[in-house]
Amino acid sequence: MENHLQDLHEVLSKVQGYVYPNEIELNWSILIVLYPYITGLVAGAFILASLERIFKLHILKPTYGLALLTALSFMLVATMPLVSHLGKPLRAYEIMVTPHLSSAMAIFGFVYLWYLMVVLLLEIWFDYRRDMVIWANETKGIKRFLYKALSLWTTDISPKAVALDKKLGYIVTVIGVPSAFLLHGYVGFIFGSIKANPWWSTVLMPVIFLFSAIVSGIALVMLIYILLSKIRKQKIDMACLDLIARYLFYILLIDFVLEGLDQIHRIYEAEESFEVLHMLVFGKLFYTMFILQGLLGTIVPLLTLGTFQFVQPKEKIRKAVYLVTSALILIGVFFMRWNVVIGGQLFSKSFYGYTSFKIGMIGTEGYLMAAVWIIVPFIILSFLLWLLPPWKKKDEDADIQEV
Amino acid sequence: MSLSSSTMKQHKSNISRRDFFKAGTFIVGGIAVTSVFTPFNGILFASEAPKGKGKWYGIGIDISKCIGCGKCANACKLENNVPQEPFYFRSWVEQYTIKNDGSILVESPNGGIDGFMQSVPDEEIFKSFFVPKMCNHCAKSPCVQVCPVGATFETDDGIVLVDETYCIGCRYCVQACPYGCRYIHPEKGTVDKCSLCIHRLEKGLQPACFEICPTEARILGDLNDPDSNINSFLKNHTCMVVKPHLNTGSKLFYNALSPEVR
Ligand code: SF4
Ligand code: SF4
Repeated sequence: MENHLQDLHEVLSKVQGYVYPNEIELNWSILIVLYPYITGLVAGAFILASLERIFKLHILKPTYGLALLTALSFMLVATMPLVSHLGKPLRAYEIMVTPHLSSAMAIFGFVYLWYLMVVLLLEIWFDYRRDMVIWANETKGIKRFLYKALSLWTTDISPKAVALDKKLGYIVTVIGVPSAFLLHGYVGFIFGSIKANPWWSTVLMPVIFLFSAIVSGIALVMLIYILLSKIRKQKIDMACLDLIARYLFYILLIDFVLEGLDQIHRIYEAEESFEVLHMLVFGKLFYTMFILQGLLGTIVPLLTLGTFQFVQPKEKIRKAVYLVTSALILIGVFFMRWNVVIGGQLFSKSFYGYTSFKIGMIGTEGYLMAAVWIIVPFIILSFLLWLLPPWKKKDEDADIQEV
Repeated sequence: MSLSSSTMKQHKSNISRRDFFKAGTFIVGGIAVTSVFTPFNGILFASEAPKGKGKWYGIGIDISKCIGCGKCANACKLENNVPQEPFYFRSWVEQYTIKNDGSILVESPNGGIDGFMQSVPDEEIFKSFFVPKMCNHCAKSPCVQVCPVGATFETDDGIVLVDETYCIGCRYCVQACPYGCRYIHPEKGTVDKCSLCIHRLEKGLQPACFEICPTEARILGDLNDPDSNINSFLKNHTCMVVKPHLNTGSKLFYNALSPEVR
C-alpha cells in the first residue's frame, strides 16, 4: 500500500500534459497482458492440431498430440492472471454465478468453460481413450489408477469402439475450430468494444487478436517440438516442420496486413484522438511497437519464412532459423498484447496527456507473478507429456489386428 | 446425471460411451444454450432507449459561474471518505487555459482542492475557465454495460451506483468510463465513484458538492418534471454534454461548454 502510493507519486511527477486525476494509476497491468497472450496460445495451438484432423494433413501428425496438450496446459491457467489481478479474487466465481450479460467479460467465462470442457478435454479424451485403456493394462500402481480414472473406467477398445472414438473426436474438432475462433475473438472483443478508448475500439480488434493468436500458438508448438526433439534426442520430422513454417508464414502475413490496415485506417481517418495516439506510438510505444513487435516479431520472421518458400537451405540451417523465428514471433506477439493493453492506458481519455507505467518485482501485479503464470503451463505440459506421451501412442491399425 | 450413474451400476465392467454421452449431452446442451444464445440480449444494451419513467435525475453545471475554488472537490472527499491522496477523486475541477497561439493547457493540481494558480502570464491568455467534473450518471452508461457481475447498476431514478459488497475489482468499468470518473479504492480493492450523495438525497438534502458551491454553479433536478429547476436551466441556457459522440446518455449538462473540454 505504502509502496503503491509512493509509486503513484513518482508516476504523478512524470505525467506529461494533462490526465484525469484518476488516470494516474494504470488499472490493467502485466497480468492483463498475459491473459490475452495465453488464451491466444491456446487458440493457436488448437487450430494447428485441427488442421491435421480436419484437412487430414497427416504430415502434421508428429505435432498433433503435442499441440493439443500444449493447448490444454495453457488453457488450464488462462484465467489465472485475470483472477489474480482482481481486487477481490475470492469473488471471481460471481462472474459465472451471476453473469451480467451485456458484459463481454462475463460471457468470456462461458466461452472459456465451453471451450475447455466441451472442446479441448473431449477431443483429448477421444484421442487418448484407447491408449489409456491399453496403458492401464501395461502399468501398475498410481499410474494405472490414473489411466483408469482418466478413461472414466471404460474398457471397450474393440475396433468398432475405437472407430466411434475417432468419429466423435472428429465431430468435436469440427465444433472446436469455430469455438477456438470464438474464444479468442471474444478476448479481442473485450478490448475492441470499449468505445471510451480509441486505441482499443476498432471492429478489427477481434480479428487481429485471432490471427495473432493463431500465429503465436503455431510458433509455440513449433518451438516446443524442436526443443522436445532435442531433449528426447529424436530426429525432427522436417516435412512436418516445413509445413508448419509455411502455415506460419501465411497466417503471419494475414496478421500483418490486418494490423497494417488498422493503422492505415486510423491515419487516414485521423479522428479526434489521432494526435495523442500518434505521439504515443512514436514516443512511449516506439520500442515495443516498432522494434519488438514490428521488426523482430513480424518483419524478420516474414522475411526468413518467406525466403524459405522459394529457397530451401540445408536442414540444419532451417532448423536453427525455425527455432529463432518461432521465439521471435512469440516475443513479438507478447509485445503486441503489451502495446494494446498497456499502450491503451498510457494516454489520457481527455487526449491531453500521458501517464507512465511502473511495475514492481513482487506483489500480485509484479513481474514475479507474471513469471509464475508463464512457467506453470510448462510444468503442466511436462506432466501431461509424462502421463500422455503422444509419441507412445500405438499405431492403431497394427493394434486393431492384435486385439 | 441420474441417467449416467444408474447405467454405470448396471454395466460395471463395460460402460458404453453412448450412455456417458447421453448424460453429457444434457450438461453440454445446457452450457451451449447459455453461452451461445443469451449474449444476444446483451448486445442491445446501448442501442435501446434509456428507461426513466418516474423521477429521472439530471445535473446542470454552469461553467460561467464556476470560480475554481475547489470547495466541491474537497467537500466530496470529506463527505464520502474518498482517500486524500491526489489519485482518487469522485469530483474534481479542471482549469482550461487557451493561449493566444491556440495551444491548450489543462491543469487540475490535487483535483483543484487547494485552488488554482494561473501559470500563464495574462497577456498570453486568450481565455481561461474552470470545468468541474464528476460522474455524468449516464443513461446508457458504458460502465454499467461492461460490469461482468452487475455490481455497477443504475437506479430507477437514474443514479449510477456501485455495490461494493459485490464488485470483484476487475476494473473493466474504470476502462469503460470515457470521463475518468472511477478509481479502485486502495484499501477496499473495489471500485468507487460518485453516488450523487444518495445517502443525502434520501434525507432530502443536496449532494455535498451542490450544497457547498458558493456561486450555485451546480443544479440537480428531475428531468421528467417539466417545471423542475434543471429543466428551466436547460431551457434558458445552451447546454451540452461532454463527448456527445460517444452516446453515453450523459445526464450532466454544461452551460457555456467550450469545444476544447474533453
Ligand atoms: S460518467 Fe463514467 S462512471 Fe459515470 S455513469 Fe458515465 S460511464 Fe459510468
Ligand atoms: S470493478 Fe467492480 S463495478 Fe467495475 S466492472 Fe469490475 S466488478 Fe463491476
